[in-house]
Amino acid sequence: MRVALFVTCVNDAVYPATGIATVRLLERLGVEVDFPAGQTCCGQPQYNTGYRRETEPLVRRTAQAFQGYEYVVTPSGSCAAMVREHYPKFGETALPARTYELTEFLVDVLGVTDVGAFFPHTVTYHPTCHGLRALGLGDRPRRLLEAVKGLELRELPVAEECCGFGGTFAVKNADVSAAMGQDKARNALATGADVLCAVDNSCLMHIGGILRRQDAPQRALHIADILACTEEEPLP
Amino acid sequence: MSGTYLGMPSFPRAARDAVQDVTLRANLRHATHTIRDKRAKAVAELEDWARLREAGKQIKNHTLRHLDRYLEQLEASVTAAGGTVHWAADAAEANRIVADLVKATGQNEVVKVKSMATQEIGLNEALEAEGIAAYETDLAELIVQLGHDRPSHILVPAIHRNRGEIRDIFRKEMGSWGRAAPEGLTEAPADLAEAARLHLREKFLRAKVGVSGANFMVAETGTIVVFESEGNGRMCLTLPETLISVVGIEKVVPTWRDLEVFLQTLPRSSTAERMNPYTSMWTGTADADGPGTFHLVLLDNGRTDSLADEVGRQALRCIRCSACLNVCPVYERAGGHAYGSVYPGPIGAILSPQLRGIQSEIDASLPYASSLCGACYEVCPVAIDIPEVLVHLREKVADQGGKGHRVERAAIKAAGWVLDHPAALAAGEKAAARTRRLHPRTLPGAGPWTAARELPELPAQSFRDWWKKNRTNGKKNRT
Repeated sequence: MRVALFVTCVNDAVYPATGIATVRLLERLGVEVDFPAGQTCCGQPQYNTGYRRETEPLVRRTAQAFQGYEYVVTPSGSCAAMVREHYPKFGETALPARTYELTEFLVDVLGVTDVGAFFPHTVTYHPTCHGLRALGLGDRPRRLLEAVKGLELRELPVAEECCGFGGTFAVKNADVSAAMGQDKARNALATGADVLCAVDNSCLMHIGGILRRQDAPQRALHIADILACTEEEPLP
Repeated sequence: MSGTYLGMPSFPRAARDAVQDVTLRANLRHATHTIRDKRAKAVAELEDWARLREAGKQIKNHTLRHLDRYLEQLEASVTAAGGTVHWAADAAEANRIVADLVKATGQNEVVKVKSMATQEIGLNEALEAEGIAAYETDLAELIVQLGHDRPSHILVPAIHRNRGEIRDIFRKEMGSWGRAAPEGLTEAPADLAEAARLHLREKFLRAKVGVSGANFMVAETGTIVVFESEGNGRMCLTLPETLISVVGIEKVVPTWRDLEVFLQTLPRSSTAERMNPYTSMWTGTADADGPGTFHLVLLDNGRTDSLADEVGRQALRCIRCSACLNVCPVYERAGGHAYGSVYPGPIGAILSPQLRGIQSEIDASLPYASSLCGACYEVCPVAIDIPEVLVHLREKVADQGGKGHRVERAAIKAAGWVLDHPAALAAGEKAAARTRRLHPRTLPGAGPWTAARELPELPAQSFRDWWKKNRTNGKKNRT
């Protein structure tokens, strides 16, 4: 099976390790991965901030870049949601049907929950808003994590509440955003887990930034970074 | 809307103090989490909730599509039942009508059942300017009025107050409005309720004029409906000789039967009750019972403008249950006052800018007062896609330009050019990676961000570069 990786702009520039982990994971599962170089940004920040006209060319570019692929896989719940929920409003209906968030692709298309990963740490899972409500990922990410050898999953209190990132919301309403993020970080720390994990690096950038500001003993990691780990190839 | 809210600062500035107010945040967290958990249980009891939600949405959509027809039918029904209908285009006209009606009775005071519409138009202040005292009789509204405060929640206007604060307000203020608080009033809920009961009873028995809003109006019969929990509303609706109801035009439903849907969805969504304790319905006047004179003031105040907006009009489906407030993480931290309107929370963020326009600082900032997490849409009993309307209103604000938005559009345009040229993007990423050791920990322009968070460290190479070095499409390179 051949899939196109939609790595997303945030992962490309700031979290390449997540993109690399996604490639390693998919290849380990026998999937052939392509990276169409014409991809840039799905247009989510522009669209959500009210710049519809400026979003339009990015929708066209993204659709163009992934033409001809049966599956487009992305390690980002919010970018998958942008394509799935909002691209049809720009008249783009082919790509949404072929775009999968990573955990969705693993469970629904590949039909695996045990991806052969090894990660000997305690982990708590934050279901991001786009993963939870826009995509309806349900328990897919948790099932994948529960099948990881060595991993102990801890319940996150008030898990379904937004972390307060919200793209430009974090800048435009910095105080409220920080208050939400601090509550999320406090709940995550209360689990005593070594790692906080999610399907979206943008949310993790926000919560992880708060954890590091507090010198907290907890690391924020994308689910792909965990699922890619094996005994032979632990976390880089 | 009310002049009270004119000159409010933008949402982010108004929210800043609330975020730092530890008591306020604790009060709000406790109250909203309690109500939201109860609501989830009450809703889960109904197997056909999804269908009720869809039915409510359809009834409202149908009514809004034919609003002119149903309003005319309502006017005919109310008139036939002995009531008088008045049409008010805006707040000033509605206030004028009510003040004149009260003056015509020769009275200088009215009792009020809690009403969002009269809050919206600032009726109390308008009556006060005419020498008429308006007494709020809903317990939470009473607390707000006695505390010289503003409501901060649609359903629980004093949600931002805890029991100790309420006791202090009662002790200090009740005496100057009527019957004073009993000696040694404690903060026990039963004592507080009893103090309010004694204070209010005096007003109910004296009042000759009552003022109400309504949850629904039935076009076919001319029946007006009020849902409430305390019974104070029923006192206001039945004891006075004259009843004046001020109601937004979107509150009409075609038939009595349509109420069956909302009788189920409204109480469960708002107070997590299977049925609200008091449902009062009245049709015109009756010789032997209730007020002898009934006036219905139909309020537009921006509603027809909103109706003209294809995306925004769904806000008019709102039945004011406030479920969206109770699940909103932004409302929980910012508090209701930060929204600068009687309609706070997610629904306020889309309703106020539509009813008042987006010219003022506060109204232009409200569409951004959300992280678009979608929790509000999920709980809405009439399925208002609040995030969709927020983004739609953001487009209007961005198009309007003004403070910050011209610069923002220029930046978005510049970024757009880079994002439409992958080679330029790759070059930019390379340059950023090369200079990453020089990046300061706090960036100019990223000030608000770095005040509470560490910026991520940029990696040595982008994913794009890694791919080039380690893979060509479909094949691993030798590493």
